[in-house]
Amino acid sequence: MLTNVDSAAFAVFLALFVLVTGMGFVASRWRKPETLAHLDEWGLGGRKFGTWITWFLVGGDFYTAYTVIAVPALVYAVGAYGFFALPYTIIVYPFVFAVMPVLWKVAKERGYVTAGDVVRGAYGSRGLELAVAATGVLATMPYIALQLIGMEVAIKALGLHGEIPLVVAFLVLALYTYSSGLRAPALIAFVKDIMIYIVVIAAIAIVPSKLGGYGAIFTAADAAFAAKGSGGILLSPAQIVPYASLALGSALAAFMYPHTLTGIFASSGGNTIRKNAMLLPAYTLLLGLLALLGYMGHAAGLKLASNNDVVPELFKLLFPSWFAGFAFAAIAIGALVPAAVMSIGAANLFTRNFWKVWVDPKVTPAGEAKVAKITSMLVKVGALLAILLMPTQFALDLQLLGGLWILQTLPALVFGLYLNWFSSPALLAGWAVGLAGGSWLAWSDGLKPLHSIDFGAGKVAIYTGLLALALNIVVAVVVNLALKRMPQQRLSSEAAE
Amino acid sequence: MVRLLLLLPFIGLMIVPFYNIREPHLFGFPFFYWYQLAWVPLTSLLTYIVYRSARRAD
Repeated sequence: MLTNVDSAAFAVFLALFVLVTGMGFVASRWRKPETLAHLDEWGLGGRKFGTWITWFLVGGDFYTAYTVIAVPALVYAVGAYGFFALPYTIIVYPFVFAVMPVLWKVAKERGYVTAGDVVRGAYGSRGLELAVAATGVLATMPYIALQLIGMEVAIKALGLHGEIPLVVAFLVLALYTYSSGLRAPALIAFVKDIMIYIVVIAAIAIVPSKLGGYGAIFTAADAAFAAKGSGGILLSPAQIVPYASLALGSALAAFMYPHTLTGIFASSGGNTIRKNAMLLPAYTLLLGLLALLGYMGHAAGLKLASNNDVVPELFKLLFPSWFAGFAFAAIAIGALVPAAVMSIGAANLFTRNFWKVWVDPKVTPAGEAKVAKITSMLVKVGALLAILLMPTQFALDLQLLGGLWILQTLPALVFGLYLNWFSSPALLAGWAVGLAGGSWLAWSDGLKPLHSIDFGAGKVAIYTGLLALALNIVVAVVVNLALKRMPQQRLSSEAAE
Repeated sequence: MVRLLLLLPFIGLMIVPFYNIREPHLFGFPFFYWYQLAWVPLTSLLTYIVYRSARRAD
C-alpha cells in the first residue's frame, strides 16, 4: 500500500485530514439548533447562513475537487476549448442573481426544502414532483462518484496505492455528514476554500517564474499542440458554437442540481444570494487561472500517463514536498465538501418527494430527518461501490448525461416563478421528451456532449443538453396550447347543438 | 431597465468569434484569455450596479 510515500507530504496531508474530520463532527454543535432532528436543521443548516458562510459553502460546493483536476487536464489535452468553464462560470451569476432570490423566497415562505417541493407547490402535481426529484437524484449520483475520482487522483499522487485510503476517507465523511448534516460541509468549506486559494495563488505566482513567464507558457503550449497536430490555444472554427453552447447550457444547468440548490435554500435571504452572485465570481477568476496549469504542464515538459495527472505532477515537480502534500490535501478535502452537500441534497429529495409522498405520508419532522440521514449514507456508499466496481469512464459518461437530465427540470422549476400559464401535464410531457430525446441523441453520438445539425450551409455542432431543453420547451408549449383549447372546443360544440 | 445590464455578460461572452484571436496580448496573455478573464470583475461590477439600483427602488 505504501510505495514512494514522501513523509513530509504525507504528514501534512494526514494532519489536515484529521483536522477537518474533527471539524465535521464538532459541526453538529456549531450554531447549535434546538434539535437536529428536523430537515430544516439537518438538511439546510437552519436556513440561516449569512453572506460569508454561503460564499464559502456554495464556492466549495460548486467549484469541486474534480474541477481542480479535470479543467486543467482538459486544457492540457485540447487547449482553448477546455476554457468553456470560464464563460460558463461567469454567466451563471447574472442568472443566479435574477432567479435564485425568487426561488428562495417561495421556499422560505412555504417551508420547501427541495426543487420537488417547489414544483408540487406551484402545480399541485405529484407526477411532476416525482419527475423533478428523481432527475435530481439520478443526476447527482455520478457527480458524487466524480468527487471520488478527484480524491483518488490526490491520494495516488501522495504515493498511496490501493483502495483502502479512499474507502476510509469516504466512510469518515459519511459518518460526520450523518451526525452533523449540512453544518459539516459548511464548516469544512472554510478550510477547504482557503487551502485551495493558497494553492492556486502559489501556483499562478510561482510556477510562471520557474517556466519563463506567461508569454513563454502560452508559446510552449502553442508549440506542443502544433507538434501534436490537434488542439490549440485558440478555438478552431468548428469549436466556436460548441464552446458557446456548452458554456450557456452548463450555466443554466448549474443551479438546478440538488447540491447547489441546497446551498441557495440554506442561505438567510434574497440579499444574501444577491451579494453572493457578486462575490462568487472570485472563484471563477481562480478557476480561470487554475485552468492555465494545463498549459504550464506543456511548458514544464511533463510526460503524463493520464491527463488527470497534470496538476499533481506539476506540483510534485515544482514545489517542495510538504507544499505538494498541502496541495493534495486541499484537493482531497475539496472533494469532501461537494460530496457531502450532494448526498444531503439527494437525501432531502428522496425524503420529501418520495418517502413522504409514496411511503409514509404521516412521517414526523424527526422521522424525515432520520430517513434523510440514512439515505445520505446509502447514496455515498452507492457512489463508492460504483467507483470501486465499475470503470471510471462509466461515471464520466453518466455525469455527462446527468447534466443533460438536470437541465430538463429547468422549465418546471423556473417558469412557474414568473408565469402562471403552463400546466403540469404540459411540463411533464416536455420533461419526458427532453430527457428521452436528449439521452437518445447523446447515446447515438457515442456519449459525446455535442450533436451535429445540418443547416444546409454546413454542419454545426451544439451542446446536446441545450437542444434537449429547446425540444422540452417546444413540447411543453404545444401540449399546453392543445390542453387549453380542448375544453373550449367542447364548450363551443355543446353551444352549437 | 437597469436590470438589462445583466444581459451584457451573456452578449460579451457568447460572441465567441469576436474574441477568438491572439492580438493584442496583455501581460503575455493572448486576447482570448484576458478578454474572458476581464469579464469576471466586469460582471461583478454590473451586478453590483443592478443591486444598488434595486435597493434604492425598494
